[in-house]
Amino acid sequence: MSIARPLPHDTAQLHVTGAARYVDDIPTPANALHLAFGLSSIACGTIADLDLSDVRAADDVVAVLTADDLPFENDVSPSIHDEPLLSDGTVHYLGQPLFLVVATSHLAARKAARKGMITYEESTPIFTIEDALAANSRFEEGPRIYSRGDPEQAIANAPHLIEGTLELGGQEHFYLESQAAMVMPQENGDVVVHSSTQHPTEIQHKVAHALGIPMHGVRVEMRRMGGGFGGKESQGNALAVACAVAAIKTGRTCKMRYDRDDDMIITGKRHDFRITYRVGVDDQGRVQGIDFMHYTRGGWAQDLTLPVADRAMLHSDNAYHLPHVRIESHRLKTNTQSATAYRGFGGPQGMVGIERVMDHIAHHLGMDPLAVRQANYYAADGSQSTPYGQTVEDFVLHEMTDQLVESSNYHVRREAIAEWNAANPVLKKGIALTPVKFGISFTLTHLNQAGALVHVYQDGSIQLNHGGTEMGQGLFQKVAQVAASRFGVDMDFVRITATDTGKVPNTSATAASSGSDLNGMAVKIACDTIRARMAEFLAEQHQASPDDIRFQDGNVHVGDNVLTFQQAAALCYQNRIGLSATGFYKTPKLAWDRIKGEGRPFYYFAYGASVTEVVIDTLTGENRILRTDLLQDAGASLNPALDIGQVEGAYVQGAGWLTTEELVWDGKGALRTHAPSTYKIPACSDRPDIFNVALFDNENREDTIYRSKAVGEPPFMLGISALMALSDAVAACGDSYPDLNAPATGERILDAVQKQQGGGDA
Amino acid sequence: MGITFLLNGETVTLQDAAPTTTLLNWLREERGLVGTKEGCGEGDCGACSVIVQDGDGTRALNACILFMPQLNGKSVRTVEGCAAPDGTLHPVQQAMVDHHGSQCGFCTPGFISAMVAAHTNGATDYDDQLAGNLCRCTGYAPIIRAAKVAATQPVPKWVETNVPPKAQAHDMSPTTVDDLAAAYEQHPNATLVAGATDVALWVTKQLRDLDPVIFLGACDDLKTVEVTENDITFGAMVNMNRMRDVIAEYHPSYGEMIRRFASTQIRNAATVGGNVANGSPIGDNPPALIALNAMVHLRKGNAHRSLPIADFFIDYGKQDRAEGEFVEKISIPRQVDRLKVYKLSKRFDQDISAVLGAFSVTVTDGIVTDARIAFGGMAAIPKRANAVEQSLIGKPWNDNTVAATWDAWEADFSPLTDMRASARYRLTTARNMLTRYFLEDIGADVSVLEVSA
Repeated sequence: MSIARPLPHDTAQLHVTGAARYVDDIPTPANALHLAFGLSSIACGTIADLDLSDVRAADDVVAVLTADDLPFENDVSPSIHDEPLLSDGTVHYLGQPLFLVVATSHLAARKAARKGMITYEESTPIFTIEDALAANSRFEEGPRIYSRGDPEQAIANAPHLIEGTLELGGQEHFYLESQAAMVMPQENGDVVVHSSTQHPTEIQHKVAHALGIPMHGVRVEMRRMGGGFGGKESQGNALAVACAVAAIKTGRTCKMRYDRDDDMIITGKRHDFRITYRVGVDDQGRVQGIDFMHYTRGGWAQDLTLPVADRAMLHSDNAYHLPHVRIESHRLKTNTQSATAYRGFGGPQGMVGIERVMDHIAHHLGMDPLAVRQANYYAADGSQSTPYGQTVEDFVLHEMTDQLVESSNYHVRREAIAEWNAANPVLKKGIALTPVKFGISFTLTHLNQAGALVHVYQDGSIQLNHGGTEMGQGLFQKVAQVAASRFGVDMDFVRITATDTGKVPNTSATAASSGSDLNGMAVKIACDTIRARMAEFLAEQHQASPDDIRFQDGNVHVGDNVLTFQQAAALCYQNRIGLSATGFYKTPKLAWDRIKGEGRPFYYFAYGASVTEVVIDTLTGENRILRTDLLQDAGASLNPALDIGQVEGAYVQGAGWLTTEELVWDGKGALRTHAPSTYKIPACSDRPDIFNVALFDNENREDTIYRSKAVGEPPFMLGISALMALSDAVAACGDSYPDLNAPATGERILDAVQKQQGGGDA
Repeated sequence: MGITFLLNGETVTLQDAAPTTTLLNWLREERGLVGTKEGCGEGDCGACSVIVQDGDGTRALNACILFMPQLNGKSVRTVEGCAAPDGTLHPVQQAMVDHHGSQCGFCTPGFISAMVAAHTNGATDYDDQLAGNLCRCTGYAPIIRAAKVAATQPVPKWVETNVPPKAQAHDMSPTTVDDLAAAYEQHPNATLVAGATDVALWVTKQLRDLDPVIFLGACDDLKTVEVTENDITFGAMVNMNRMRDVIAEYHPSYGEMIRRFASTQIRNAATVGGNVANGSPIGDNPPALIALNAMVHLRKGNAHRSLPIADFFIDYGKQDRAEGEFVEKISIPRQVDRLKVYKLSKRFDQDISAVLGAFSVTVTDGIVTDARIAFGGMAAIPKRANAVEQSLIGKPWNDNTVAATWDAWEADFSPLTDMRASARYRLTTARNMLTRYFLEDIGADVSVLEVSA
């Protein structure tokens, strides 16, 4: 049985030998052309004059395109057609593509792209939340509000009122492979597109619109990405469309990859948030009523801001029952990069909000924050529902928390830390345990569908294809494990092929942690269709019942007769049995009204819990994670090695978001942290010294693929315990509540420490 | 210029290597060896790491900021050349497969190269060896597990036996300091390339054309280290890893700072001369060298002169260096070690300092008798804290004296706010570093790097 085995990534061998091919590694025809965008140098205004004569005259330039040269639609938005590929004369952010250079080399294109002489008429840009609120600059007509019960009254009646504000920075994806696309023109005006994208169908759709052809004229292929994390859900559109337009115009293969700095300046990032809260609690720290305000900067174009902000609202409860609750969400339009999907998709931001509240309540009441969290946990018996009315049926966090408290020795360490802090004037330690409850499904319900195409060849080898994309998460291997297990064969029978819109159409983005759930099921269905045909035929041949045919150990057992799988496949072929099938799956039970904020947006929840211990330096704010213990609910894991890999990596990425990863824009709207020299993702030594990771023994109560659970995004939020541990360490420096904002850089920590010490400004 | 080198064991001769073509672009675009990846094009992510061997040993370097002429007479091994000719994986590669060290795989070739280099050298300080390789997927834990397992395996023959070819001679790649002096005097407008860790960014990011270029890498007499009774003298071309090895013995805190200076790959290329000569206000060596009262030795043609290093830095981007003059050596007077160097950055490893403070305070019978304190990141140049020093000298070495320096800091420094830190944070932490120095001197625990759970 291939299911549940800790097999390595399907292309691990190719990774370590450098043989795994990414878009920029695909051999290009000798006459291929290379593209680069000319970017705006202001954040807001109009173009008075676009003098591109020096660009056109630059060495090795073949063509220079502006919006006027685009044959059909000038739009690369995944949502509401508000994102021109090339500026229509208006400038919305600093770094916006204005024109497109087509040259004979990547370097020549980059050099020429800097030679534009552009005169602007500048307008006053909108950068901050305050700017946007003052100008009523927003997406949607007004704030979205979800509520239940009577929070005002509940807060007023509660014995304790706690209020606060939390600032949460955005996050650059920093996939190691920057965005890339290559388009090869075909006969009949068709194109073949190679794109580093999580969403081949979206690329197909946008390219077809840009070329004015039906989707059947565009075939998108994607074998693997060098990381995605949400950053390649919509942000690859511009490159693919640019290449397609240029390829059709020149009749030559066109390729584009962003230089790292360009990538960071042009593309969207995680949404930053400001969350304010007013909460009424009882003496045991239980929330009686709560009122959240979310403000998020969506940047210049809508992109995926609405569902991101929705998901932040939908995770404002995290693991806690909020009987009376109101969440108001402002989605603001600003002259910055268009914020986009990023692992967790708003969920992490909403979740940090309520975790901050729990931390604040504990400090206010002088309780252990863990006790406050546990006091507010959803009931395990399924008697409670979320603020949006979904019953929490499978709440396993009580048990998970107990298990983690014990394995991490939380209580003993917490006491030891208090003693250590009393003895150390300069350095202070902190510890925190935080839970995660993350909703699994696209909140746009129709996206919860997937297709697969499976072929069994007459030699018994199996080729499979599905709509999901591989970005490192091991999806292909998990799905191959499903296929091998359905046919009862070894993994080497199964070959996984590049995602291809010509094989499986109308796919959803590989996003929302849905990859294995959706595609695993679609593949299973396709395999079972073929298996049923084979079984029916073999049963008939041997006068047996199809139910008695077993596919296992590389063989097909027909009563007492045993055929190898190869023999069975050959026999079926010779007897004209169809050995190819599609599979289609749609997630059941979903019903969601995003305007009212009511229903069941999620098929199920994935759970997790983490304990982090940190140390801070009260002289400089320097800090380190000393130990981390993680426990993640992956249901009945399809592949525990790959799942643990997701959990470890997600934690470090989540902790990075909340600590060292700081995006800084200057007063002109220029992103100052646009390269790894200035934007600091965790390095090797930033991982915890002691790093214990385990999967919780569980089965999905819902009928998912082999009862597994999604694992891509949920463990990202385990990183929240790092922020809360830092808050705990700062709290050890004085009596007031630390109010630590994120990212908790050394500077923010030192500020918070000095506030604790009563020093204020130094 | 004409160059000869080994590529994965095969001799390559190029009659006309462009001076500023990077190894990465040549591998990918000319040679079709696309296993080596571009992640950032500035030496900060390590995805382009390759293994370079020569008479000085085996080391990992960033191919994205390595110009082709720098390879003359060396052996280069890329990820494609790490496995045996028969396809047997290198122990590092096998361990990375077995321990799930790759997810998206894009950083993996660079990790493999850095790990193979470390494995070849028997290095087991994995966090330091891999500080220059960013991975966004794994959280590093499985990579370190793999490295530890691979360390139990011997160095495979195909990696260890790599004899570099003889370099081709070239006027613009002198082999002695005398030839360099002559060439630079003749081409005073030339760009001098030492390790290229800064100059290469002029090419990859600023897209500048550099011409002419003089490569210093073949000047072996600029790579000497001399320790006498009076001085420790570093030739300008001593790389930062070598400098670390030497200085750690005499000034351990300086050695510890260099451990965090950029990354292994960068330190393998970057030179002390380059770090001083480029005059960056945030270079990490100058403040430490100022605190140690080092001298910089300059040469132009056959003329030599020396000056205290603090005087070398005149203003932002302006050093006391004449046209055609170059940094030949740096010397540090032998002294009782009182030096502490504090590097403050958003991330511990591979990060440019927000503030770098170097302190050497001499205390005799409880009284401060001398103080040399210098900072990077606090002014337009690496700068001494004269007022703070004066406020300390002659006072008893205690917390009151430290506290009494308060106003002197603002007399010495008015730092800027940028993406690394605010002016306020810089000034506060500079002050606090003196407190840290004092507390450390009296035996308190002050480093989060030395705490465990």
